[in-house]
Amino acid sequence: MAAGPARPPGRPRAQMPHLRKMERVVVSMQDPDQGVKMRSQRLLVTVIPHAVTGRDVVQWLAQKFCVSEEEALHLGAVLVLHGYIYPLRDPRSLVLRPDDTPYRFQTPYFWTSTLWPAAELDYAIYLAKKNIQKQGALVDYEKECYDQLHKKISHAWDLVLMQAREQLRAAKQRRKGDRLVIACQEQTYWLVNRPPPGAPSVLEQGPERGSRTASHVHMTKSADFYKREIEYCRRALGRTRVKSSVCLEAYLSFCGQRGPHDPLVSGCLPSNPWISDDDAYWVMNAPMVAAPTKLRVERWGFSFRELLEDPMGRAQFMDFLGKEFSGENLSFWEACEELRYGAQAQVPTLVDAVYQQFLAPGAARWINIDSRTMERTLEGLRQPHHYVLDDAQLHIYTLMKKDSYPRFLKSDMYRGLLAEAGVLLDTKRRVFPFTRRPRRSSPSPALLPTPVEPTAASGPAGGNGVA
Amino acid sequence: MCDQTFLVNVFGSCDKCFKQRALRPVFKKSQQLSYCSTCAEIMATEGLRENETLASLKSEAESLKGKLEEERAKLHDVELHQVAERVEALGQFVMKTRRTLKGHGNKVLCMDWCKDKRRIVSSSQDGKVIVWDSFTTNKEHAVTMPCTWVMACAYAPSGCAIACGGLDNKCSVYPLTFDKNENMAAKKKSVAMHTNYLSACSFTNSDMQILTASGDGTCALWDVESGQLLQSFHGHGADVLCLDLAPSETGNTFVSGGCDKKAMVWDMRSGQCVQAFETHESDINSVRYYPSGDAFASGSDDATCRLYDLRADREVAIYSKESIIFGASSVDFSLSGRLLFAGYNDYTINVWDVLKGSRVSILFGHENRVSTLRVSPDGTAFCSGSWDHTLRVWA
Repeated sequence: MAAGPARPPGRPRAQMPHLRKMERVVVSMQDPDQGVKMRSQRLLVTVIPHAVTGRDVVQWLAQKFCVSEEEALHLGAVLVLHGYIYPLRDPRSLVLRPDDTPYRFQTPYFWTSTLWPAAELDYAIYLAKKNIQKQGALVDYEKECYDQLHKKISHAWDLVLMQAREQLRAAKQRRKGDRLVIACQEQTYWLVNRPPPGAPSVLEQGPERGSRTASHVHMTKSADFYKREIEYCRRALGRTRVKSSVCLEAYLSFCGQRGPHDPLVSGCLPSNPWISDDDAYWVMNAPMVAAPTKLRVERWGFSFRELLEDPMGRAQFMDFLGKEFSGENLSFWEACEELRYGAQAQVPTLVDAVYQQFLAPGAARWINIDSRTMERTLEGLRQPHHYVLDDAQLHIYTLMKKDSYPRFLKSDMYRGLLAEAGVLLDTKRRVFPFTRRPRRSSPSPALLPTPVEPTAASGPAGGNGVA
Repeated sequence: MCDQTFLVNVFGSCDKCFKQRALRPVFKKSQQLSYCSTCAEIMATEGLRENETLASLKSEAESLKGKLEEERAKLHDVELHQVAERVEALGQFVMKTRRTLKGHGNKVLCMDWCKDKRRIVSSSQDGKVIVWDSFTTNKEHAVTMPCTWVMACAYAPSGCAIACGGLDNKCSVYPLTFDKNENMAAKKKSVAMHTNYLSACSFTNSDMQILTASGDGTCALWDVESGQLLQSFHGHGADVLCLDLAPSETGNTFVSGGCDKKAMVWDMRSGQCVQAFETHESDINSVRYYPSGDAFASGSDDATCRLYDLRADREVAIYSKESIIFGASSVDFSLSGRLLFAGYNDYTINVWDVLKGSRVSILFGHENRVSTLRVSPDGTAFCSGSWDHTLRVWA
């Protein structure tokens, strides 16, 4: 049987909101005044009413939604793919052609959103009808399905053939035009529900979601659920909120500041590696380089977090702190980070090492925090866990951020780096834009040995990034 | 002749007061007990009280929620697009597919970038997880999971391991090895155990901790080495579909989105839900923090993407268009946060101007729904994975 896992019968419509939206579009397209221009289409000798051309469909969509023709064509193609519009002349493939090809709107009886379980029996009857009507009308995959079905429901095969013959006989009573239309409608329905191999199945939705909502219905109505909601609301009401204007202004300044640093918005020099096939940009911005670029050094001034996240920036800052004899602050912060994100098994040893190095009275790199925080921290060390040093870490972080960091930005060291990092020149325009550079491969981070020292000055990425 | 009702009188000790009385059968939470008539009456009135309490709790919760909405609205003095009027409009965007990665035999469900800005890991429906150097399009590693629909995969910060999971309800970590003699599957470590499918996973700042989201309605933080559960996060009323860690200085929170239409922000330390937002009309498929950490975007089946501000505690922008009918499956910001890339189930990718709220560009190319989308760590490109078995890198 062709593609797609079987859908459970009676799947709620709410889970496929796009179908309802498509239906609304299709209904408005059939509006006598505002809809697509309908005309009667001549097919050989029969005249089919209420047909539309592909071109009209695309133009109507483009006008209605104020989009480009390309997008309107795509939207129309999606409507056809879901069986809401079907081609009259070549009903084998659900494709929208933006020309004079005639199309019609599918009857609501066959709409995809009805989500009728397209049963094997129905499919068998349909294929049998096609087979009886005209020998050789079945395409390869249809023939295969037919044979498979024959084997599977051989006990009901008489019923299938009888139904098929009956339906064909009843159809003969109708006018030729109606017969043709109904045949197209049915064909479209089956193309959607039993797509040919290789075509995407529009009905496939992935693994079932919310299979637990049934049990949760009971849970949500319990007193516990409401108690939790009330507690959450009380906490939320007590929270301080910031005015929208302040928050939104913050976005403007953030985007404005970072815009020139965003390769997709402002491009990057010398060139975007993905576009030019040249990885010079990555080489120049490797985690540790001799000469950091100007943009990069600028970023260190945006926020303390940016500075620490960049391994080079952090190394420079460490040097600066060393000159001020406060390097232990940064080392302590790094040790705390390691505790927070390290392995559970390492927690006791790490805590002990930190205590010995930074917190014990007379420690080699004793950090200067206020007595209350120190007391609380030492108390907490009795039961070490990942977050036991959070208070002390925050204290030291704030100290560095408010005190050492601004001084670093004003220092000669930083100013010097900024001045040295010249602005990059754009790569010369290539005369022959089609010459392809061979793309250099880079060694995988997984090949490099991982750093061993736990409190080394390297960042969490281990400084393993490569060009 | 009168009706004869037969009443069976059982004498014994009441299950509640233990006195010797005539007993009646009584059903409490589908368990049959025998109570004396006094206790049975007491139980009947107790039940009534319980119902009353439930109703009053419900109305209290509703009124508090209403008050909360009022408070939120009080501080909402301006809309984002109004503030953004004075920002320069973005120029014409020409983004093209720069690399197409072919090699998966089935739908690509998830992908993640390595910190080296060029390697990616991707997972698909047939259980294959592949590590590529997407710059050269070479495949570097491949492993086949023992389950189908591998819906989550993540690259470790060090670049030395990957994590993945799906319908097997687990999250497994594979160390990456180039040793020809070693079978990657042999060193596999099973870390997380959920009671339903794994929908998302992410390493925290190191290789040693993993955060997972599952169809069982919970998120959880695990220690990789021991597989120990460090913290679990309960509160979603349905499947959790996505999560993202906050890029904040203190690095303590993450946001998750689920089928209950809620996006919830959690404190990793305590397991508490810190903030919750419920304005979407359908399942939330993807959440991603704004680069400053003060806001996050979400993409949902209701065909909209929304921006929620954490300090203002409300939704501040909706990115939608009448012509966009299909749900957004995956969203991500560009480096500066000015652009929002969203992959949709109608095979397209829409690029939104975050500040102005308008759509900047629409990208065609995929032949089936876009299931995953991530911007590279240095913002030079973004990669999209689709049900058409391919991944594309755009720039």
